This record gives sequence, structure tokens and C-alpha cells, in this order.
Amino acid sequence: MSVLRTEQISKQYPGCLALDKVTVSFESGKVNALLGKNGSGKSTLVKCFSGAIEPTSGSFYLDDQELHFSSTSEANRMGFATVYQEMSLVPSLTVAENIFLGRMPKKGKLIDWKKADEMAAELLEKMGVDIDPKQIVSRLSMWQCQVVEITKAMSYNPKVLMLDEPTSSLATNEVECLFNVVRELKKQDIIIIYISHKLHEIPQISDTVTVLRDGLYIGKADTAELSNDDIISMMFGETQIRTRPADVVAGDEVIMEVEHLTRKNKFEDVSFQLKKGEVLGIAGMLGAGRTELLKSIFGADPYDSGTIKVNGIAAGKKATPASMKKMGLGLTPEDRKQEGLILIHSIKDNLCYASMDKTSHGWLEDKKLRDEAANKQVEDLAIKIPDINAAVSSLSGGNQQKVVVGNWLNTKPSIMMYDEPSRGIDVNAKQQIFEIMWEQSRQGVSTIFVSSELEELLEVCNRILIMYSGRIIGEVYPEEININQLYSVCMGGPVNNE
Amino acid sequence: MNKNQVKNFVLDHIIEILLIALVVIMSIVSDNFLTVNNILNIFRNQALKGVIAFGMTLVIISGQIDLSVGSTVALAGVIVARFCRDLPGATGMSVTMACVLGIIVSVIVAIIMGYLYAFAQHKFNMPAFIVTLASLNLLYGLAGMICEGFPIANAFPDWFLWIGTGKIGIVPIPAIILILVFLVTHFVMTYTTTGRAVYAVGGNPESARLSGINVFKTKIIAFASVQVMCVLAAFMHSAQVASGSYSFGRGWEVDVVSAVVIGGTSMAGGIGKPWGTLMGILFMGVVVNSMTLLNVGVYAQYVVRGLIMCFAVLMATFQAKAKA
Repeated sequence: MSVLRTEQISKQYPGCLALDKVTVSFESGKVNALLGKNGSGKSTLVKCFSGAIEPTSGSFYLDDQELHFSSTSEANRMGFATVYQEMSLVPSLTVAENIFLGRMPKKGKLIDWKKADEMAAELLEKMGVDIDPKQIVSRLSMWQCQVVEITKAMSYNPKVLMLDEPTSSLATNEVECLFNVVRELKKQDIIIIYISHKLHEIPQISDTVTVLRDGLYIGKADTAELSNDDIISMMFGETQIRTRPADVVAGDEVIMEVEHLTRKNKFEDVSFQLKKGEVLGIAGMLGAGRTELLKSIFGADPYDSGTIKVNGIAAGKKATPASMKKMGLGLTPEDRKQEGLILIHSIKDNLCYASMDKTSHGWLEDKKLRDEAANKQVEDLAIKIPDINAAVSSLSGGNQQKVVVGNWLNTKPSIMMYDEPSRGIDVNAKQQIFEIMWEQSRQGVSTIFVSSELEELLEVCNRILIMYSGRIIGEVYPEEININQLYSVCMGGPVNNE
Repeated sequence: MNKNQVKNFVLDHIIEILLIALVVIMSIVSDNFLTVNNILNIFRNQALKGVIAFGMTLVIISGQIDLSVGSTVALAGVIVARFCRDLPGATGMSVTMACVLGIIVSVIVAIIMGYLYAFAQHKFNMPAFIVTLASLNLLYGLAGMICEGFPIANAFPDWFLWIGTGKIGIVPIPAIILILVFLVTHFVMTYTTTGRAVYAVGGNPESARLSGINVFKTKIIAFASVQVMCVLAAFMHSAQVASGSYSFGRGWEVDVVSAVVIGGTSMAGGIGKPWGTLMGILFMGVVVNSMTLLNVGVYAQYVVRGLIMCFAVLMATFQAKAKA
């Protein structure tokens, strides 16, 4: 049996203490769940173990041997393996090639294919799965890919195996297959650290639960002794939820009506109404179908059935972002760098793309109108810029996000949809984005706000829809629910407004 | 100006600086260089590939490429020539009428090709590089079939020849067309929503789409304009030699893309200016002209042109790094 333990480990980032004197231990032969909401420090801790970062102070020990990693390869050599949620396999190569990438067994100077396949088959058998080593990875299902990742990690004979949200891209029936593999791993004398957002998986797979919150160690216990509520209150503590200004209220007039909207395998039978000036939140975990729903409403992705009506007029199935823009919709996409901005172009250009028809007369652009539109947003949204003609890539995350928002506000929308607008931006910028939503609401603009941060939704919204694996499973009002209840509902629990 | 500003100014205007330096050096080295005739000659020689380069600038800024330009030149030439030779005899229409009809048909063919490239690239996600490379062969073959393997000579009406050989005052018509095409391209890319859309689509097609810009339409415009420019170049070329042949325009795509790249347009899309392309065209024109004046052999000229293109791409990566 071996033990991985940390002693007073801290990690200081500029302006943010990500880990605050954390002392924990993980034992081998068990699945140790590591839990915490976004920003709790769990990823930082795992990064210390995987050699991706070095702790600012404190130390960690494997079986009383103190360890310092200056690189991931060093961590690997010392027996620390990490399986990340993103695929790192080469899809066009075989299973065996992927497992032994860069270290294929050789006969003289040439690759010994027979031996590679045999070795891979042996490893896979140990995992208790039936996967052909000669199979091309792109033909495997998602859970099989995840198993190949784990097999690859296991082929280094690690002492510590870290699984970072391994089920995040798996379908429900695939999760059980993966769990069987993880249970098989327990028989070997290794320390398994299992990171997950999905609370309902914890009792099924883990033996112990360790919770971090705001960089602090909160506690550790055997999973069997904890109820779901216990875990949630450990994760969230006594969170003070700030409230929105009292004058941000929804009107009575229905401005948008979505009925039975369905896109196969993405979302199903989604119906809701949006009132004038309302700030409507959509809560749900990653993969619940929120982004897909917004994109279909916006005409950026197709849908199979259902209707979308804006001001009583049906949008029609051939809607495009251009046609929805004309109906008064705007969307700030989830990935602002890849979908929201043109990074190599100037701040001014990026503030005027969506409103191109409003800053031109027919075919001809109006330089003056463009300058006015861009400057107005820079002022209104307090965007900090060196020069309006500088490339938008030179701005910080928060200011980039404001440019994306400003781009759409210039179209004078009546409905604004924000997909994870607060991701990767600092606290001040977040608050400013919320202020913008409220100010727009006062002016009668309706808002749909998608976020994984439940506190934000409770703070910002008039009403929150809860989405769970593609369906709207409930509707709550921030005044009537606390964060723990909301979290529990988002995990698929019952709506419980006590 | 501080040191950094000087550095940026030099990097931004490297092609202008090199062009001026080359002109100054050549003026000293050769008595025949800085004469009105020689300068007009450079413009006339560069006009054919030059007009295509402006269309290519749009295509490359939009993030695509068209390698079929040479074959479109051949095709448009033989279409007009064939119409002029055979239609009057077959239908009794005048040569002028047949020529106008040929012009209309070749423009329509060019627009259809542009549409097809945009369609294949946008709807099926086929790389424009491959689609237009395939088309390079396809159109070459079609041109050969239409002229039945032989140049069609002396079929054009006189007024058509004027496009290639005429002059206003002392200025050759092709030089005037080159400047006009530059002015129109500059206007479109600087002052119109079409130009803005071309930059946006090349800069990030997904962001452009989600901003409500019609990406497909923008690509059609870009591909169709380079194809139409090829037709214009074909008319000038056919007029200059008073014939149409499948062999016209062979290998032009290299010189056209060179001029655009030397002019600072990014092959990654989203960045570039018609002014830069004009500089690229003139720079290459002056280089070729200088080498000819200095009796550099034709094969050595190819070597130099290849090296210049490599140098241009190297400069572009330096510029990108310096600004990052």
C-alpha cells in the first residue's frame, strides 16, 4: 500500500491564491474522488501532481519520499500519470500504436508490429476490456477511447493515476463500462484520484471523497458515510448570494416563444417563454445541451422540429444568424476567441461586424457611423483599450468579452443571449458584464443567460430554467431556492422549493 | 519617432522601400531604365497578370486560393476566338456581334466557375487548393477541345485588338486597365460592406457567420471576381497576339500568387491590401525588366523570381512575429 500526501501546499497566481495550505492524503487501492466547484483549486492541485505547475510553497510526498517536479515528463518518470478529459489520442492510428506512441517495440531498426499488438492486447486484457489492438482509434466509441487513454497511462506502470472528468464526454450507458474498468484498476496497488463534476457518479465509483473550496481543504470522508446533501454543503458552504438590483424586473409582454424545439441527440422538446426585459437564466451541467439550444434558436445550427416565435412571428426552419439578427436577436458565443471575435482585426472592426448594415448606407460604409458605434460601446461598457485600431487580441479576456457584447449591442437587439460570458474573466469584469445585462433589461432588452456558475445565475436572473441531458426539467425563481438545492436539481434531482 | 516606431514603419513598408531602392539603383546602373517608354513598358507587361492578382487578393484575403487562373485565361481566349471565327459563317451574324457574344459567354462561364469553387469549398468543405488545381487541368483540356489543339488566329474584329494594343496618348490601354482595376479593388476593399465581409470571412469564418455575415455569398464574390479578372486578362492577351490558344496563361498562377504575397497579403486570410498587391506587381515588373536590361538569362530569371517569393514569405513571418 502506498500513500500520496501533501503538506501545507499553496499556489499563488497573480491576484489569486488558488491553493491555500492544503494538507490531504490519498491511499492506494481506492478511488479517491476530488470534488469542488469551478475555481475551488482541485485542478490546481492535480496540476501540481502532474508536474504542469510547481507549488509556491509546501511539499508533497509519495510514501514519505518528498517530490519536486519541474516538468510533466519528470512527473511521469516518477509514476504520476494523468488522463485528461480532452482526447489526446491520434485518431488515425491503431490502438496499439497509440498506447506505445514514440516507444514502439523494435526488432533491430524496424518496428516489431507483432510484439506491439501482443503487448497492447495483454494490457487491455488486464483492464478487463475486449478491444482489438489493431483497431483504428477513430472507429472506437467514446468510452473505448477513454479506456485506451487509461491503458496508455497504465502502460507506464504508474503509482498515481489521475482521472480528470473521464465521463464528461460519455453517454450514460458508456459510463458504466468505464466504471467497470476503473473498478478493475482498484485491484492493482495504485492511487486513483478521480475528479468529477457529476455528483451522482460519486457513490457509484468512489471510496473516499475529498472536497476543496476556494483553495481551502474542507474535508475528507468515506463516501459511504456521506449523503448527497453533505457533499453539496461541503462544496458550497454558506455562500452569500448577492442579489440583483430591485428595478431589474420582467415585463408582462411575451417577446419570444419557443415551443417543442427538438434537435436529435442535442436537446428535446424544449418550450419556454421570454418576457420583455426579463433576465432568464439557463442552468445545467456541461453537456446538458444549453449551448446547442442557444445556437439553434439563433439560426446558427439546424433543429429537427418545433417552433421559435419572436414577437409572434415564426422564425422558420431556414433561419440563419443573419435573419435572426434582423428579428432582433444577438448571441455572444461560448468560445469568444474562436466564435465571437476576429482576433487579428482591430477593436473597432470587431465592434462593428454584427451592425454592418447599421453603419453603412447600402453598399457603402459610413466611417463616421462606424467610429460613433465603436466609441459608444467603448464608453458605455468601459472597455479598456490602448487604441481603437489595435488588434482585439491585445486585450485581456474581460475586455475581449465586452467587445463581443458591444458588437451585438450595436445592432440594438431586443433579445440578447449570452453563452458562458463570465468564463475566464476576472471578478470585476464579470460584475461589469452583469451590470450590462441589468442595464439592458431596464431598457427593455430581454436576456437569456447560460452559465455553469450557479451563483451567478442566482445573482443575475429573474427566473432560471434547469436543463438536464437535453430537456428542461424545471423552472425556479432565485428568491425561492438556495444554491445547494439548485445544484442538486441540476444534477438531475427533484425540484424542491422548500 | 522612437526606435520601435521606425522598426514597425520599415516592416510595414518594406516592399515600397525595396521598390524605390531598386528603381534608384537601376537608374544609376542602366541608362535605358528610367525612360518613359521603359516605365510604360513595365506597366503594360505586368497588366495581364496584374489584373488577375487584384482578384486573387480578394480570394486570398477571404482565406481561399484559386490555382486555376491560367486555364481560365486560355479558355476565355479560345471561346471568343472560336465565336469570332465560326459564328458569322454559320449564322450570318456580324463578327462584332459574334465577338460580343463570345465576351458575354466567357464572362458567364467565369462567374459559374467562381460559384462552383465557392460551392465546393463551402458546402462540401473541399480545400480550394485541390478543387482549383483539378480545375486547372479541366479548363485547360476544355480550352484545347474548343480550339481543337491549334491557335485560332486573326479572327477578332479590329476594335477587340485595341484592348491589348491600343493607346490613349502614349499610355497603353492595358496599363490603364491595370490602374482602373486597382482603383476599383481598392475602393471595394476600403469603403464597402463587401470588402469588410471579405476581411471578416478570411479572419475567422465562424465568427463572421455568427455575426450574421453571409459567408457563402462572400466566397462566391471573391472566387467570381478573380475568374472575371482572368477573362479580362485573356482579352488583353488575345488582343495583343491577335489569336486565342489553349496554351495561354500556362503557369501564370505562380506569378499572380507571388505578386499578392510579395504585397503583404497573408496566406492565412484576413489581412492584405490592394495597394500592397500593386506594389508586388510593380516590384516583380521592375525586377524582370532590370534583369532583361542587364542581359540575365531567362532561366536565371526564374531562379531569382523563386528566391524573391521565398524571401517575401520569410518577411511575412518576421512581420507577424514582430507584431505578436
